[in-house]
Amino acid sequence: MTISGESLKATSQKKSSKNKIFIEIRRDWCKGCGICVAFCPKKVLELDEHEKSSISNPEACTQCGFCELHCPDMAIELILIQEGTK
Amino acid sequence: MAVRDYIRERFMPHIWCPGCGHGIVMNTLIRAVENLGLRKNDIIMVSGIGCSARITGYLDFHTLHTLHGRALAFATGVKLGRPDLHIIVPMGDGDATAIGGNHFIHAARRNIDMTAIIMNNRIYGMTGGQYSPLSGYGRMATTAPYGNIDQAFDIVELAWSAGATFVARTTTYHAHDMVTILEKAIVHKGFSVVEVLSQCPTYYGRKNKLGDAVEMMKSYQKGTTPIGSNAKKQNPDLVERGIFVQEEKPEYCTEYEKIIQKVKGEKQR
Repeated sequence: MTISGESLKATSQKKSSKNKIFIEIRRDWCKGCGICVAFCPKKVLELDEHEKSSISNPEACTQCGFCELHCPDMAIELILIQEGTK
Repeated sequence: MAVRDYIRERFMPHIWCPGCGHGIVMNTLIRAVENLGLRKNDIIMVSGIGCSARITGYLDFHTLHTLHGRALAFATGVKLGRPDLHIIVPMGDGDATAIGGNHFIHAARRNIDMTAIIMNNRIYGMTGGQYSPLSGYGRMATTAPYGNIDQAFDIVELAWSAGATFVARTTTYHAHDMVTILEKAIVHKGFSVVEVLSQCPTYYGRKNKLGDAVEMMKSYQKGTTPIGSNAKKQNPDLVERGIFVQEEKPEYCTEYEKIIQKVKGEKQR
């Protein structure tokens, strides 16, 4: 179980790409509108028991960036980690 | 720079309701500014009053939060003082077309170089859901419990006929398009108007039984079409989105500078 205000982080790697992506959700900014959950093409995100966005399936992420761009609370950030960097 | 470098984090989370489209507009605006590589000090944002106007509080540019409907009047003053800076004026539908309607059409007529972003949620959200000039015939609002009998404006046609030299429409669902449109609007030399259909699930959505933010965004996906598409010919009810006008006309600050130089030259003789 995660605390409501905590930041959630997960790393995902696209099969076709060497680059990893780091998904970060600022749960203290998230208001649980569900836009990211409803429109994610790969169902990477879900609303948890606090009605806040959480990462349930990071491996499926295709790095399309829909959630990041459409989050009205700017709570989701995708950070590209290029190969060779930590 | 990271997106959060453009935000005044001490005011976050913002006051907008869960699922409010205005947050998506702020999100895309930051990305447009970042893609253009503009410095934070190169931008002045001037807003009026309303939910949409709160955006100036959250973004870390030079910002002015002014009177209801008068954002464009303040912005005109700022632009004449500092024509080298980019002016962005975020407005709501009530702010731009009701109390600020005259400022809007005359700023468009003058073709002064600024970007007006009209976040059209078709209602006055901050004050409790009163109908606005964009609510539309037959729609429900707190002040129209039996249905609104006013006809709505078409912001694109209004701006076009008033003389704006860049006119576009997009929606919060089409945020990728919005980034591109905002980039072009900010760079455009002249008065740019970008209408963004933005969901208000709390008032407009609830009063008109349109569902939550997700349902309203799906209705933008289904209810809009790119300009000149075949879908529009088959279904005239679809709302067109894209860039309607992009043309060059003499810009107000440039013309004003020419007058100053002309008069100075005559005095020196």
